[in-house]
Amino acid sequence: MDAHSNRHEGPRPPLWHYGETEHDPIATKTLGFWLYMLSDALIFAGLFAAYGVLDQTMNTADGPVASQVVHPIAAFWQTLAVLSSVLAYSLATVAIRTNNRGGVMLGICVAIFFGVVFIGLEFADFVDLFAIGATPDRSGFLSAFFILVATHGLHMMFGILWMLVLLPQIVRFGLNTAVVTRLLNLRLFWQFQASVWVCVYIFVYLRGTIQ
Amino acid sequence: MLVHLQGAWSPLFGRLTLSSIPYSNPIIIFAFAFTAIAGVAVVAPVLYYRKVGYIFREWLCSVDHKKIGVMYIILGLVMMFRGFVDGMMIRTQQVTADGPNSPGFLEAQHGYLPPSHFDQIYSSHGTLMILFAVTPILTGLGNVIVPLQIGARDMAFPRMNAISLWLTVMGAMLVMASLFIGDFSDAGWVGLTPLTELPYSPSVGVDYWMWAIQISSIGTTLNAINIITTIVGMRAPGMRWDRLPIFTWTTLSTNIIGLTAFPILGVALALLGADRYLGTHFYTAGMGGNLMLYTDLFWIWGHPEVYFLVLPAFGILSEVIPTFSEKPLFGYITMVAATFAIAGISWSVWLHHFFTMGAGPWVNTFFSVATMLVGIPTGVKVFNWLFTMYRGRITYTTPMLWSVGALLLLLVGGLTGVMLANPAIDYTVHNSVFVIAHFHCMVLLIAFTIFAGIIYWFPKVFGFKLDEHNGKRFFWTFCLGTTTVFTAMFALGFEGETRRLDYLYDPQWMPMLVIEEFGIALYCLSVYYFFKMIYVSLRDREKNRCGADPWGTARTLEWLTHSPVPFYNFAVTPQVNELDELAWRRDNGWADMAPETFEPIHMPKNSMVPIIIGIFAFGFGFGMVWRIWWMAGFSLFAIIALVIISSFTPDPGYTITAEEMRKLEARTDPMGIVADSHAPLPMAEERIV
Repeated sequence: MDAHSNRHEGPRPPLWHYGETEHDPIATKTLGFWLYMLSDALIFAGLFAAYGVLDQTMNTADGPVASQVVHPIAAFWQTLAVLSSVLAYSLATVAIRTNNRGGVMLGICVAIFFGVVFIGLEFADFVDLFAIGATPDRSGFLSAFFILVATHGLHMMFGILWMLVLLPQIVRFGLNTAVVTRLLNLRLFWQFQASVWVCVYIFVYLRGTIQ
Repeated sequence: MLVHLQGAWSPLFGRLTLSSIPYSNPIIIFAFAFTAIAGVAVVAPVLYYRKVGYIFREWLCSVDHKKIGVMYIILGLVMMFRGFVDGMMIRTQQVTADGPNSPGFLEAQHGYLPPSHFDQIYSSHGTLMILFAVTPILTGLGNVIVPLQIGARDMAFPRMNAISLWLTVMGAMLVMASLFIGDFSDAGWVGLTPLTELPYSPSVGVDYWMWAIQISSIGTTLNAINIITTIVGMRAPGMRWDRLPIFTWTTLSTNIIGLTAFPILGVALALLGADRYLGTHFYTAGMGGNLMLYTDLFWIWGHPEVYFLVLPAFGILSEVIPTFSEKPLFGYITMVAATFAIAGISWSVWLHHFFTMGAGPWVNTFFSVATMLVGIPTGVKVFNWLFTMYRGRITYTTPMLWSVGALLLLLVGGLTGVMLANPAIDYTVHNSVFVIAHFHCMVLLIAFTIFAGIIYWFPKVFGFKLDEHNGKRFFWTFCLGTTTVFTAMFALGFEGETRRLDYLYDPQWMPMLVIEEFGIALYCLSVYYFFKMIYVSLRDREKNRCGADPWGTARTLEWLTHSPVPFYNFAVTPQVNELDELAWRRDNGWADMAPETFEPIHMPKNSMVPIIIGIFAFGFGFGMVWRIWWMAGFSLFAIIALVIISSFTPDPGYTITAEEMRKLEARTDPMGIVADSHAPLPMAEERIV
């Protein structure tokens, strides 16, 4: 290899960079958060795959089948709750633009309310199922059903906890870069959980009814 | 909901009783004594030289990507040593337990290890080598080198980087704890169901295995997020995608695999955990469980994991071979394309790990063809390296020797791999040690490149070269050991020896087993030369001090800054103009040009939070293993509380002024990562704790 083929023609280009490098902290954190959500999406992918495998007659071990444990009308109210929560949260992030702290906090409080409604409905559903003897340790099918739905429920609880943490931060720090980054990433998280719930609703509840 | 267990359980100590400690087993007593002596040998000098504060402040609380990388590599090397001892014990057991007349020692009928103990040893050998030796070392190399190669000041999320490290360390600590408290899994490192279910594995061994992997793989996932974000978002000006060094490309692709594969492992193990703790029926033999679900989920992670390991190894080869051939890498674009082709195909080959487990002929055919396809991009890479060496000015330094050795192993391992990709052949040799020899060739190729990488980049991090004389002895003994052990093992596979045998029934295997044991002796010699290499290098470090580019022919950006790398990496962010920036600057006579004016730079502060999170993660894992619910619950609560509290105390970092930078750059004494604090590192204001 000819060492001189690498020779630069003309004046020496700059070797060092002065001034700000354009690393936007919000963009960097948001990319990182998208990547985290990709891993979360894969967790749900694995759980949906497990549900698909275990949603067979032989996996019910003579216990309840899907149409006996899913209640699509009741779950429809859960769907409405989760979508209302996302709407409220999205309105809260709209208020960031006008630096309206009160608007942001009001939106988050409404989002928390609907989130808690969702969790409450799910809890009531689980209590009913336990009452008729449909427990996770009854059969492979019910294991998959409960773990899938409960994993989503845990994510919802985590989102609510996150909102509860952000409320005092908004009061204390105002809408600074760190808080806004968290608010925007939480919006991503919250909308993602709603999308997962839509998949759960279609794949578990609606499909379970028609089987 | 909670599974009712047989045996004692108390609210305070869970399943833990005094009889859980295997103090009557002489092998474990010896292991404990050895570990204790090694621990004292590490801790005593720290105490003697009064370096406790230094170690704590500057290392354990560090958020510096280089220090974290070095700690990853140290963890990996220690675990590799333990995994090697396990391997040595396996080989010794087999050579002493061949044939009905073979003697029995200790409590064993044949050999010196009773079956359950032997099973634990091969399970921990696999778990340690793959997840706690090779994975941390490659993660560590990526941590050290990638930010330097792309001209970044640090990782995108320095504190999360430290959390990843401590989670990995605590996973390894759980495996170590299993040696002395309770037992380890005896169900193989893959943990096939339903063997790992409670009725068949009622002890805590499987729980140790499960939680150790679970905790460390969370660390790996976080690290993958960090590295991808760093490469995408933190590149120096001018570091376009077509100028990215190959090692950075392979680290990027490997972490994309890591990010997408490790969550599946998390699911597979979490469902197993649900079976063992909540009594669900995902993988049970009855009640509607499906044990193939586990096999599929595990290998959907397991196969990408193989490429997760091998791709950075290919990256190291792509850095070392051009440097010591004094030529640019042949076929940069095809190398990148081949890397991503391998990463992509890695997702559609998992079933070849269980061709014989009842999939139909069409399914087997699909996965067979997909597996053979991997050979094409890998072949492209091999030819690229060969063409790089062709008519190059090759110097056989130690890293180059390891690289050439790795190419040889890649050939043997790859060709036997293509053989095994054929289901007809696989039906004949499956579960035999032929398969074991094949994948050991592949994993040892990774180990070879690891040693190439460590020796190659060591002077960059520490400012002096490792001793070449002992390094070459280390290479030759290790290389001969590898060929001796695994050539014999291929032969034994054809002679019909199946894997994981604590007793071998055929005395005719004896000659080959003795050859294998001889190879193990060569390995032991190589361990001696490794330590001698480290010792001699440390002793003669003043003689072997080196400048920015110790090899003289390096090509990429990391060699532009000082050796050892100062804590701020580059005094001024470099402007990248070409692929192989350093080679370009050298050819134009600009390699030694240093920046003349400086700017203030901003650095993150050290933090205690990551290691405390790590300690609580250990507490959580240990509590779950022994079902000490208060400990697990409190640890989990503490982790969440710590994360919330630290989100209320933002890290303002600290700024080094231009004047301080000028002084730091004017220093002549080495000021690398082993030096004491150069500037006031204000970590004291941690308000937590």
